[in-house]
Amino acid sequence: MTRPEWFVALGLLVFALGSVRLLFVRDTVTRLVALNIAGAGVFLVLIALAARTDPPDPVLHALVLTGIVIAVSVTGLGLVLIRRSDDGADESRDGDAP
Amino acid sequence: MSASLIPFAVLATSLIPAVVIFFLPDDATRIRTTLNLGGAAAKVALVAALIPAAVDGERFEWRSAFVPGVDLVLRVEPFALYFLALSSVLWLVTTIYAVGYFRDTPGRSRFFGFFSLCVVATTGIALAGNPVTFVIFYELLTLVTYPLVVHERSAAAIAGARTYLVHTLIGGVPLLIGVVWLTERVGSIDFADRGSDAMTQFAAREPVTATAIFVLILAGLAVKAALIPVHGWLPRAMVAPAPVSALLHAVAVVKAGVFGIVLLVDYTYGVDVAERLGVLTPLAVLASATIVYGSVMALRQDGIKARLAYSTVSQVAYVTLGVAVVSATATTGGIAHIVNQGLMKITMFFCAGLFAVVLGITRISDLDGVGRRMPVTSAAFTVAAVGMIGIPPMAGFLSKWYLAVGSVEAGQPWVLGVLVASSLLNAAYFFPIVHRLWWKTGDHGRVAGIEAPPSLLVPAAVTAVATVVVGLVAGWIYSPLNLARIITEGIYGL
Amino acid sequence: MTSLLPAFVVVPALVATLVAMIPRIGAVAAGATALAGVVAAVALTLRVSADGPVDVALGGWAEPVGIALRADGLSAAFVLFTAVVVLVVTVFASGSSAARGTPFFWALSLALWSGLNAVYVAADLFNTYVALELVTVAAVGCVALGGRSAAAPALRYLLVAVAGSLWFLLAVGLLYARTGTLSLRLALDVLRDPTDDGALVATVLILATVGLALKSALVPLHAWLPPAHAGAPAAVSPLMSAVVIKASIFVLYRLWTSLPADAATTSLAVLVGAVGSVAVLWGSLAALRQARLKRVVAYSTVAQVGYFVLLLPLVVPALRPEADDAARAVAELAVQGTVAMVAAHALAKSAMFMAAGCLLHARGTDEIAALRGAVVTNPGAVLAFGVAGVALAGLPPALAFSGKWQLLTAVLESGQWWWLIALLGGGLLTAAYTVRVLAVFVAERETGTENTPVPVRMTAATLVTAVAAGIAGVASAGWLATTTVGVF
Repeated sequence: MTRPEWFVALGLLVFALGSVRLLFVRDTVTRLVALNIAGAGVFLVLIALAARTDPPDPVLHALVLTGIVIAVSVTGLGLVLIRRSDDGADESRDGDAP
Repeated sequence: MSASLIPFAVLATSLIPAVVIFFLPDDATRIRTTLNLGGAAAKVALVAALIPAAVDGERFEWRSAFVPGVDLVLRVEPFALYFLALSSVLWLVTTIYAVGYFRDTPGRSRFFGFFSLCVVATTGIALAGNPVTFVIFYELLTLVTYPLVVHERSAAAIAGARTYLVHTLIGGVPLLIGVVWLTERVGSIDFADRGSDAMTQFAAREPVTATAIFVLILAGLAVKAALIPVHGWLPRAMVAPAPVSALLHAVAVVKAGVFGIVLLVDYTYGVDVAERLGVLTPLAVLASATIVYGSVMALRQDGIKARLAYSTVSQVAYVTLGVAVVSATATTGGIAHIVNQGLMKITMFFCAGLFAVVLGITRISDLDGVGRRMPVTSAAFTVAAVGMIGIPPMAGFLSKWYLAVGSVEAGQPWVLGVLVASSLLNAAYFFPIVHRLWWKTGDHGRVAGIEAPPSLLVPAAVTAVATVVVGLVAGWIYSPLNLARIITEGIYGL
Repeated sequence: MTSLLPAFVVVPALVATLVAMIPRIGAVAAGATALAGVVAAVALTLRVSADGPVDVALGGWAEPVGIALRADGLSAAFVLFTAVVVLVVTVFASGSSAARGTPFFWALSLALWSGLNAVYVAADLFNTYVALELVTVAAVGCVALGGRSAAAPALRYLLVAVAGSLWFLLAVGLLYARTGTLSLRLALDVLRDPTDDGALVATVLILATVGLALKSALVPLHAWLPPAHAGAPAAVSPLMSAVVIKASIFVLYRLWTSLPADAATTSLAVLVGAVGSVAVLWGSLAALRQARLKRVVAYSTVAQVGYFVLLLPLVVPALRPEADDAARAVAELAVQGTVAMVAAHALAKSAMFMAAGCLLHARGTDEIAALRGAVVTNPGAVLAFGVAGVALAGLPPALAFSGKWQLLTAVLESGQWWWLIALLGGGLLTAAYTVRVLAVFVAERETGTENTPVPVRMTAATLVTAVAAGIAGVASAGWLATTTVGVF
């Protein structure tokens, strides 16, 4: 296999690992990290696909950059929600808001 | 342009009161009653004005697109007006009865709002010009009658209403798929006196599919028409208040089912096509079985309303029988029975309500000697019972006679046997009641003045008198029997 | 109109920013924007039906360099019902601060709306991806408005939605790598010969469908939905079930109707349809067993999503190279029917959640057992719930009935009889769980139950939406025809 193809396979593997961990773990911080890892896997695949041409394909790189930005924002949002739900877990868990 | 709005105007006479009434507070009796009676009277007047025109051959139609390629159609023609005349007159008297029955009870605006919507749905069914429009108003009727059945909000009412919904909604499934399939195979056809050409060609081309579609649609209609084995909701809907039972059994739901069967056999397929497909004899057998079963079950009931319910199951099947026997005379008898049975049955339900409200009586075994205490009510009941049994010169006799003659004409004399047997059974389950009312003695107290509130008594008396009048004026051009004859002539192309 | 298309995205976003800075004007600003949005959406629909799809290249930069927007019949339909739902929910939300959760409701809901419109008018996959993320973030924020107890469901929703986006991104990357373009229309030109690229198209569709199924809560990927939709504030739940779910459904439709089909794709479509049928059954049965009203409605959404994916097996035969006119006719019917059902669901589901919100406001809880006798204390909300349930079940004269009619016709014409079970059975099940709840509302009230009066505008908004869903079926023939303009 050529180098880009190796990296595509690797990226898919990382994506799979992240997704599986996301699915089966209970701890919320771990899940968020797993999500990021899955994201990294997807980015790897996209970069590898971009590397097949010379010079590398800028559109795919743009996709990756967008993805990274979104992943960072989402991680921030997720951490805030984790913090809140941990605080809320001390109070009675009702489930349905007014 | 304005002619096409006429069907719409007929609908509007009950739609506008319905919408307004929902917003009225419960104690706004005068406004609500005015709206109800005004709308009912307007509808009766409109229908009366339209009948002569329709008999002369005028037709009015309103169309609007439903989905691309399929239209909604409302049309004014004799059969539609026939059903509409029955339902609008009976709506008027039932409204008066209901106003008296529900005096000072909670939830009246809700009740009368849905009551009016029920009439809107029935009107739409009557005026439907093609299967799609029919299905729409038919299912709408199911929905707007549910709040009426559940009105008293007791556990029994909720359970009875649930049975009603389960039956009618499940029945709606084969009806819908049958009509969709029909439209997909044949295109969007309108109801026509002898079925449409497209339908005739389709039945010749694909008889198996045509038969399958017929069975599906019939299955859906059979639920409301209370044919066995899907009639079970009707006795169980007795938990509804008397005006609702009256409406359900005489005016709206059951009649809608049987009206639909006539439309299916004669206006969608056409009687020739149906005969060629071989579906009419099984239908006649099913109707006959229902007639006998209903009568036998009626015999075993002690509850007044329960006995009337099973009697309805049996009596309404006469109409189906009339349609299934291929003879103009029989079909005339069947169609005439739509009106006759409606008048007689509603009288009996009004009386049942009177017995319950005035004397607290709901069982037949408690009716001994009531004739002395409530003579007008008992007389009305007796008149209706005599009509049901089919003793001349009552209108009930005429419809049975036509059915009998027609079945011999069509070469199916076994139907005669069914008619004789059921008349005997009718006598068997109605005579004891009449006997108890007049020939037995019982202590029900005395009352000075009128035996029951006039708003309840007058409708019962009026419908009882109507059953007699209808039989007497059978020769008049606009009598139910003659209208039935005109309709049948259209169906058979005579 | 060409200059109006970007406004659908930009205006709500601008107003959202404004409202975030000046919370006091939230209700008025949102209401005015929503009203303008409905008018603009109607104008868009009329324009598309008259002149065909609207194409706009922002800043004059042509594809594939610039951002292009495109509105065809499908887009116009989704934009329209979204605008209507936003309007009625805005009226509803203005009636009670508890229904909103916090004052940030206005800004977040407007941002959400902006994101949704961006999804509907995006002409290429990159914009679609970004817009989907916008919707996710705004929606998660909306759910989190419910306070501490809503944080956990919101987090779960976030994780699942972003995971779904990753699958979608993978699919987009693969498609671009093969076709060299992010525009679906240009990609189709490259992919004309499916025998070469059949495997690629199938892979792209599988990846994208899994990702979008996660976001739409298609069984068995639905577990995140009931807690999130039920745990959100009363004015947020209608937005979530009625319109947010629709964004990923829209993208699903876009992808499947734009890529060529072959045997593998057809089998995949049938598989998705089968999963959808199971969803209808599963969701409805679960709805029958819930003790809380909002959970009933949430599981009802899970069931309805199953209906939406039934479009796929009916539409795919028309995309095969050997497709004939009959297959195309079936596809058009299927699109009309499904879009009608999607729009009907949007109206009816928002009415159901708003009714639940009214009852919650009145009784302080949404436990069904505590809502006995509500027909007397809150007749408007009960009527609305009943009508909405009936509308959802597809009984005439509801909009869903027209949708069901078209879908049934499409199923019969295509010969794929088995979908009848889900289509017909689902309606009965919907009626079942509606009546189960109604029976409690109608029963006698226990003495001593507290009852807070519900603001009139909340009940009115609920009732109007329910009635609209319930009677729109008889006047929608013209609108149905517009939904397929420019789709194939």
